Amino acid sequence: MTALNPLDVPADPPGPFQPRSGRRGSGFLTEPLRRGTTPSATVGPYLAIGLTWPDGEWAAAEGIAGGFWIRGRVFDGAGDVVPDAMVETWQADPDGRFPSPEDPRGAAGRPGFRGHARAQTLSGEFAVFTLRPGRVPDGEGGLQAPHVDVSVFARGLLDRVVTRIYFADEAEANAADVVLRSLPDDAARETLLATPADDGYRFDVRLQGERETVFFAV
Amino acid sequence: MTRSTSDDPVLPRYLREDPSMRTPLAYPGYRSTALRAPLRTPVDLPHRLTEVTGPVLGADRVTPADADLTQRLGGEAVGQRILVHGRVLDSDGRPVPGALIEVWQANAAGRYRHVVDTWPAPLDPHFDGMGRVVTDDLGRYEFLTIRPGAYPWGNHANAWRPAHIHFSLFGRAFVQRLVTQMYFPDDPLFGQDPIFGAIPPAARHRVISRFSLERTQADWALAFEWDIVLRGAEQTPFETTADSEVRGTAGRNRAGGAA
Ligand SMILES: [Fe+3]
Repeated sequence: MTALNPLDVPADPPGPFQPRSGRRGSGFLTEPLRRGTTPSATVGPYLAIGLTWPDGEWAAAEGIAGGFWIRGRVFDGAGDVVPDAMVETWQADPDGRFPSPEDPRGAAGRPGFRGHARAQTLSGEFAVFTLRPGRVPDGEGGLQAPHVDVSVFARGLLDRVVTRIYFADEAEANAADVVLRSLPDDAARETLLATPADDGYRFDVRLQGERETVFFAV
Repeated sequence: MTRSTSDDPVLPRYLREDPSMRTPLAYPGYRSTALRAPLRTPVDLPHRLTEVTGPVLGADRVTPADADLTQRLGGEAVGQRILVHGRVLDSDGRPVPGALIEVWQANAAGRYRHVVDTWPAPLDPHFDGMGRVVTDDLGRYEFLTIRPGAYPWGNHANAWRPAHIHFSLFGRAFVQRLVTQMYFPDDPLFGQDPIFGAIPPAARHRVISRFSLERTQADWALAFEWDIVLRGAEQTPFETTADSEVRGTAGRNRAGGAA
């Protein structure tokens, strides 16, 4: 198959984007893409210009029942706090449903819940206000432990890095989680555990170093 | 709440670009990567519900004025007016409608309106450098701005960034999230820029816009065209009746997607 020029736009485009159902399984596909994807680049030091939202930190609305904060810092390989990063989160609601039309079970419409937050680390730490996610199917007949998908962007990161927040006080669910179980050891699992704090949880990200956070290839 | 095994939904699986065509996280020429790019091999994360869904951040966040960066702060920005347009597609060439695009850029003199940017180039009182647009039913976007200037930075001796516009896109699934930069054709600064240079040579043309004479506005603005390609999902036939129901549900909820 020859590579297509991504600028060579067909005059009559095919129908709108429709993801197709795949087979169950956990393998990854390696077949070539018909159209080359656009390469990523760093957000650079000026991300605040384009990516600041007044309501960014609020994955759930202020005052919602059960809401709490997840706060944390991002550290570089020298152990210094990264003050120019952006952390984004995406998660299920407490029933394990997503406010997304891509959820094949139907989009959830829980009032006051967006499921997505975006926070910068200008003050030294990020903060996200949210609800505890419910458990969602793991594709292997079981349920995943409550988790939050996380993207970290920063100057010096040529692509986002992806990790997950799990909750340290969900020991039973964590012990059965297929993703956590696939990690090599408890030290690796521990980098993904948010720990209880006064107004919610703490979760630090270590980009490098002895306790480097487990990052995922998606 | 608990679910039985039969509730396990069948999910799309998003294709992964070949590593030889992706920007690496670590690139020695870009010094800031040294202490920030993770050093360990990332762990493969299966695509489950959290990964194949994503936030809907569409029209309610964006106003028509957000697509005109030349009229801000009570006046008109200085610079070469340009219309930037194109489509957001997936890797099967299908349009991605309803995708939030956020852009930010330096002014015509190469200066950002940001506290960290203090090099001696003028700020423009009528330019804040921020724009937002949502793709239409055919995945199309366009915004009016001024051509950004090149600017110096401290990465290496006499380092200059080629003119560029920063882009952020959500797509429809967590795995489609993309932040990148759009460049202009034939920039003489490409050769010394490690952020452009970190992109594998065979993929660099994908971040360079095309001068678009056909969209140039007479007596008004030049035009540049740039298509952005997000990851697409595996194309497989549906296996069971249950799968067809899955597709029907998603289709009804998707803007412009009803068959
Ligand atoms: Fe820049």
